Amino acid sequence: MIKKVIFILSFLLSGSIGFAQPQSTVEMADAFRADGKIYVVVGVVLIILLGLFAYLFYIDKKLSKIEKNQ
Amino acid sequence: MKVIKNWWKILSIILLIFAFVKGFLGKVPRLPILNETIRNLYFHVGMWFAMIALMTGSVVYAILALTKNKISFGIRSTQLASVGVLMGSLGVLTGMLWGNYTWGSPWPDDPKIHGAALTVLIYLSYFRLLKISDIEKRIVLGSAYNFFAYAMMILFLIVYPRITVSLHPGNGGNPGFNNYDLDNSMRMVFYPAILGWILLGIWIAQIRYRWKMIENKKIINEIEND
Repeated sequence: MIKKVIFILSFLLSGSIGFAQPQSTVEMADAFRADGKIYVVVGVVLIILLGLFAYLFYIDKKLSKIEKNQ
Repeated sequence: MKVIKNWWKILSIILLIFAFVKGFLGKVPRLPILNETIRNLYFHVGMWFAMIALMTGSVVYAILALTKNKISFGIRSTQLASVGVLMGSLGVLTGMLWGNYTWGSPWPDDPKIHGAALTVLIYLSYFRLLKISDIEKRIVLGSAYNFFAYAMMILFLIVYPRITVSLHPGNGGNPGFNNYDLDNSMRMVFYPAILGWILLGIWIAQIRYRWKMIENKKIINEIEND
């Protein structure tokens, strides 16, 4: 059991050592930090837009309910 | 809410999400002074296209209200104009911000800007006219005034800037934005954006129309049952 754990640990460690050297080439989710972080702005704008649309749908639904009750 | 009946509302959302994503991330020509602000084409110009489309709908319903003598057409006409003025006011404000950083002033001496302000003012006086309490009188007078307002809008926004000197692209001898986009990449975002804005305006106008119909239900029933 212990042998197995040590084997796995050493395997994992060797992996981390191997990948730790060239930091710039490590693939990470960098899209949102690229291009001057413009993607963050797009995200914010989309959240606002979706919020407004959801609100419009909500009003629309409420009105339909009132129209039905008349 | 039924999806099939309201497909155009969903289309408006899809088109606007597309326009906002591509509007920020899409390829645009590199131009001096304008820089990245050329992306405002999708948003600022969209306001004006939506306003003109909504006002056109408003004047069509004004004609229908006068010829068919139906109150609901008159209410439709008013609500379309109301959202049109909202879009126009937003167009003026966004134009002031854009102009401040490209033309050097929020209100340069430009016929299109003065015309836009006059158009908004003319429609504001239209809403003052709609404060008449008698609904039938209100709709006849409002519809008649609507023709005048619409004609002035076309003159101020479309005809007049083209026969004088204007800073706006496509007016007074200036080349339009069409000359700038090299590979039509901007046009592929611009047209969907315009359609999206127009549909969004119609959606808000429809909500306002339904609200006003419920509000005036009693009076409308009384008049139409006479």
